[in-house]
Amino acid sequence: MKELLILGAGTAGTIMANKLRGRLPATEWRIRVVDETAEHFYQPGFLFLPFGLYTERDVVRPKRRFLPRGVELVQAVVDRIEPDRRRVRLADGLELPYDVLLIATGTRPVPEQVEGMTDGDWRRGVHEFYTFEGARALQAALRDWRGGRLVVHVSEMPIKCPVAPLEFAFLADWWLTEQGLRDKTELVYVTPLSGAFTKPIASQVLSGLLERKRINVVTDFAVARVDNERHALVSWDERDVPYDLMVTVPPNLGADMIERSGLGDEMNYVPTDRHTLRARGHEHIFVIGDATDVPTSKAGSVAHFEAEVLTENVLAHIRGEPLPERFDGHANCFIESGFGKGFLLDFNYHLEPVPGRFPFPRLGPLALLGESRLNHLGKLAFKWIYWHVLLRGWPIPFVDHRMSLAGKQIPAGALKAEMAG
Amino acid sequence: MDVDAEGYLTRPEQWNRAIAEALAQELNLQLTDAHWKVIEFLQRDYRERGTVPGMRRLNKVGGFATKDLYALFPDGPIKKAALIAGLPKPASCV
Repeated sequence: MKELLILGAGTAGTIMANKLRGRLPATEWRIRVVDETAEHFYQPGFLFLPFGLYTERDVVRPKRRFLPRGVELVQAVVDRIEPDRRRVRLADGLELPYDVLLIATGTRPVPEQVEGMTDGDWRRGVHEFYTFEGARALQAALRDWRGGRLVVHVSEMPIKCPVAPLEFAFLADWWLTEQGLRDKTELVYVTPLSGAFTKPIASQVLSGLLERKRINVVTDFAVARVDNERHALVSWDERDVPYDLMVTVPPNLGADMIERSGLGDEMNYVPTDRHTLRARGHEHIFVIGDATDVPTSKAGSVAHFEAEVLTENVLAHIRGEPLPERFDGHANCFIESGFGKGFLLDFNYHLEPVPGRFPFPRLGPLALLGESRLNHLGKLAFKWIYWHVLLRGWPIPFVDHRMSLAGKQIPAGALKAEMAG
Repeated sequence: MDVDAEGYLTRPEQWNRAIAEALAQELNLQLTDAHWKVIEFLQRDYRERGTVPGMRRLNKVGGFATKDLYALFPDGPIKKAALIAGLPKPASCV
């Protein structure tokens, strides 16, 4: 029996288990997935929890339910990968051999990386919404909010779902208006970037939106520490941003296990061929989702597109053939902008988000880099698609893993041969 | 030397130590050995990986503390050091 081992049963690992079980004969290949926890979270839903728009039932399901028959789920902590021996050692000492290994261990917020972030104000005046517990604690904090200075903060890049902090700021503006608290609240957005977003054209559009919504922006802010006495963020160049309530995105790092295995870069992401998704220097290891270092967004849509590429490449690798598919960096992200509206971004290694229509030219029906009610409905519909279509490894109609240029208004010079980085 | 609107060299092949000194002077910096260690690390890492390293890489791989980098290159250490090193403006790409 040959062994296909998947580390991580999040979005990427679950999709891969489904796709490969359908393509590898059960008489020849055992598929095992290792994960530390039993619950699968619909992470895009964490954005809606603090505002009471979603409840626990919307975002939590058992992991087992999304894995097909014939895939074994091992609930365990991985100690390390031993590539030379082609095996994975678990924390309890058990060893799992592999013929092919898929790393899908993701990324996670590590608030301890910022001095003072987890001190006295943590989960009192300083919150985050990238974990289930964090989003729930923030919901309680917002219920008690009577006005003051609300700071939305990004510690550093890269982070998972880089548009989420902007969405949080937009939704906070809407929610405060509904509660009659907007005029009593000063909303501040603090970012290490020089603008609202990482990509220039989208950044300009989103900066305009922040301004229209009277959200003050502090740019180029490299956070040095959280001062719990004075309730302020302090930057390395000694600027202060005081807060009554702060919603921060802590630094993101890959799994500690990657570091223990000696397989990661300085952020514990695995150096990965950006086109084939094979781990650099390791013939039998592939990487997918947030765990890679490929230069595109860390987002579920990316994991979904990568899965189509990786399935073909893993099967070719097993047959001893050259890897046929190439990932183009395709990402597709809804941005909630408040008051029942939303944006949609569609981009890849070669093209930053630009205006246009999606997925069909002219017809849309979704608007790219433009605000619409339908984009918002698309985002809400996506929850159903995620649980029922995406995790099963089924394709989403009309949306290919290769980004389409059709329907996009591309400014001169915007289409790059290969984006730097 | 040819620079863009923000002061970054547009023709990296023009770079040499004298040009670095001149670029530093534009930023009101006098280069010391400590500055040169950072500049040389950036150049070496850029040659190997094709991107200007971020702060975590400077900390972990380069062995430079963030605090010291801000003391050497006030306000924006990576942007300033990259400019002096004749490298492109560091861009967060994701």
